[in-house]
Amino acid sequence: MRGRNPLNGIDSHCPEGARIVGRVDESDSIFTLRLRPLAPSPSPRFVPGQFNMVYLFGVGEIPISIVSDPESDVLLDHTIRRVGRVTEGLARLQPGDCVGLRGPYGRGWPMDRARGRDVIIVTGGLGCAPTVAVINYIIHRRSEFGRLSIVQGVKRAHELIYRDRYEAWRGVPDTRVLLAADEGDTSWPWHVGLVTDLFDDLAYDPSRTLAMLCGPEGMMVVAVRRLLRAGLPEESIFLSMERNMQCALGLCGHCQYGAKFVCKDGPVFAYPEVKALLGTRGY
Amino acid sequence: MSRQPGVRSSMVFLPRERLSALMDHLRSEGYRCLGPVVRDGAIQFASLAQADEFPIGWRDRQEKGSYALQAAGDARMFAFANGPQGLKPWLFAPRETLWRVDGRKAALAFEPAEVEDARLAVIGARSCDLAAMAIQDRHFLGGERPDGAYAARREGLFVVAVNCTHASATCFCASTGDGPATRDGFDIALTELDDGFVAASGSERGARALADLGLASAGDVREAEARARVAAAGAAQTRALPGRDLQAALFANLMHPRWDEVAGRCLSCGNCALVCPTCFCHCEREEVSGDGTSAEHYREWDSCFSEGHASIHGRQVRPDIRSRYRQWLTHKLGSWHDQFGRSGCVGCGRCITWCPVGIDITEEAAAVCGAATP
Amino acid sequence: MARLRVSVHKFSSCDGCQLALLNRVEEVMRLADRVEFVHFAELGYVDPDAPVDVAFVEGSVSTPEEEIRIRELRKNARTLVTIGACATAGGIQALRNLQTDGREWVAAIYPSPAYVSLLGASHAISRYVAVDLELWGCPVDSRQVFSAIHDLALGVRPLNPGDSVCATCKREANVCVLVAHGEPCMGPVTRSGCGALCPRFGRACYGCYGPSEQVNSVALTQRFASLGLGPEAIARRFLSINNAAGPFAEAGLRAKEPR
Repeated sequence: MRGRNPLNGIDSHCPEGARIVGRVDESDSIFTLRLRPLAPSPSPRFVPGQFNMVYLFGVGEIPISIVSDPESDVLLDHTIRRVGRVTEGLARLQPGDCVGLRGPYGRGWPMDRARGRDVIIVTGGLGCAPTVAVINYIIHRRSEFGRLSIVQGVKRAHELIYRDRYEAWRGVPDTRVLLAADEGDTSWPWHVGLVTDLFDDLAYDPSRTLAMLCGPEGMMVVAVRRLLRAGLPEESIFLSMERNMQCALGLCGHCQYGAKFVCKDGPVFAYPEVKALLGTRGY
Repeated sequence: MSRQPGVRSSMVFLPRERLSALMDHLRSEGYRCLGPVVRDGAIQFASLAQADEFPIGWRDRQEKGSYALQAAGDARMFAFANGPQGLKPWLFAPRETLWRVDGRKAALAFEPAEVEDARLAVIGARSCDLAAMAIQDRHFLGGERPDGAYAARREGLFVVAVNCTHASATCFCASTGDGPATRDGFDIALTELDDGFVAASGSERGARALADLGLASAGDVREAEARARVAAAGAAQTRALPGRDLQAALFANLMHPRWDEVAGRCLSCGNCALVCPTCFCHCEREEVSGDGTSAEHYREWDSCFSEGHASIHGRQVRPDIRSRYRQWLTHKLGSWHDQFGRSGCVGCGRCITWCPVGIDITEEAAAVCGAATP
Repeated sequence: MARLRVSVHKFSSCDGCQLALLNRVEEVMRLADRVEFVHFAELGYVDPDAPVDVAFVEGSVSTPEEEIRIRELRKNARTLVTIGACATAGGIQALRNLQTDGREWVAAIYPSPAYVSLLGASHAISRYVAVDLELWGCPVDSRQVFSAIHDLALGVRPLNPGDSVCATCKREANVCVLVAHGEPCMGPVTRSGCGALCPRFGRACYGCYGPSEQVNSVALTQRFASLGLGPEAIARRFLSINNAAGPFAEAGLRAKEPR
């Protein structure tokens, strides 16, 4: 999956071909592409929370988190929102079409630190995608982790994706799924209001809990505040940050965030690493 | 802070007319020679055919937002401070193909760009250039995935440094600790005197080159004169940053009114970042062939002042000049310390000279950090 | 994939922007399996009312006939792209808008002004109809137009970077004509795209590519004044090819005003 000579050379920039073997339309603007790398390569293992650079011919690359199970197969699922040049073009592709792929990149979620603990996953909007791999990882090793709480918020009810997955996760032992929409509708049986409202329903022992946050920064700032107030230590809170990532190698500087490159040092950070600038406009 | 100029033991004397012999030696080793020449009204690095192309007898006068050359009529080759670009373009190319892709095949066929493997000898690199190169080395080569193109060019670079004997009004390397004497990173270091150069080697291949020329020892008098001239260039500097590590002071002042004030003067043109020898930002772009069947994926210099630099699918993290200038300065002089273990400024003064409206990094840093201008 | 149906239309202009395509006519021909030109008079295709995926429009709206024609054209085009300073900002001919009555100029220039039918002003296409993409330049650069065609054929919105000409100069190692020669260069406030053609030859940028994304015209005006330019000379720098483009118009008129 990496360039031919990833440790020494310009090759580490170079994608390889991958074929679209499946496509699911998750909502009006969100779709999932299932990719199979064309070149037989060693099993593309990744850590939940890492991302690939997906390339559309003639247009460019974008970073997309990997949704599929880290160790289950050689197919890579990427859930994508149609929001910019590359994603608009990717949205037009169908099974059989080819894209470029390189990765995996970045630092993922701290699965080793989470082992043996309760895990709270708080996500907003498409922030749920980078945590799907975490959830699958835990479910496949259910006995190694404590209670799993999945908390997802969306702006409008119809924007919720992965509805089937949430229903399925609800049935997993010792797992809670809490959903919120700022604006509900008739098809929304769950909470109407902010995702952080649901924190009142989360009973957890802060000393043996690890929180993983992914979503709009405003939402993460509020969530962090609530978790800290509940007694969760700063170092038990992890956030996946989003910035403009063009090279994914920590070279191009577009994802500069204080002293960090989000693509290389993140995208997942422990709260103490980012707290100085989190929520500061302009960084 | 008293440091010996980059003149080491066993210094030799290179008469001015024998500089061409050094160039001949470098060429015989397969190097293309690069040096400062007068071009379009400025002293710039360019390929050199012979030694008389050096800016003989030229002085530069640099001020905030202005640069001018003056003829002094003497034989000095390096009696100027620096030109608009340092070594950066020769290692981190302004534009560079990363890979090509053929879109005609059912499966996309990717081909990484070939990394050129050229030997380049640069004559006239200054201490600020070498300090900046050390930072860029760390950025491009220090990680898990070193950059191949940079690595190849760096590997092929032979550095003949020149210790500065002349400071412009915009120089402040003494305050950042990066000059005017070279410390390391060179193969040979020269200090110019009236009749030639005191030369020292900084590497084995540098020592070999000097030995090949069969030069006589420089002698105590010349060595002392060389040291004195370089020290005088440091003492002549009129600008300084208010401290070596401004990280805490800058981040404690993110809401300082000075950011609004400087935003009123800043053109957001990005010249400061583009002439900065340590700035590494670049964007990745795509150029499709005329018939649409293949594409070239390339990178080119970018800066944190440009529109797309910090946009996340259309949303601007830094939508205005204030936040862009603040990003540049707080990274360069602030968070750079946490990221690279030192400041991102080497005191070359290019951002001051080449800012079309003459914004002075030393003044802005002092104002924001609440220090009296030193 | 179906071929992209493209038309090229001329309004008040010098035809120069169409050269962005005509100068690379071999490549235009090689686009044939992806792009179909249904109307491009200079290339011999004439079907102005045909419905198209993309209509490229050169020139400003400056006659009553053009006003009617642009509205019709908009109905027939899924995507409308303006090419060049005239279509995007009204062009050099918009200078007449600054006169109380531009018709006086017609009388001064043409022997039989009665034959010339004019609107009161020359305006950008966007003054009359919605425009999907504006490509700046006098003239536009071939690369911009080809790149837009490729992107639209792939179904993505074209990139239209708004960084300054300075960025190009620095990549090209052009010596800054403002800093080193005191030339009143518009580069710091002008959009890139021309390859920094003028500074490369030691000339100050004329601002052909219109305002960059961030224009601090106050700061540049002060700089021009410090070079010795008077109010009229400063106004002329801004009120040139893109005189009607918002930030340039504002700066030019401000410079003219007595303090």
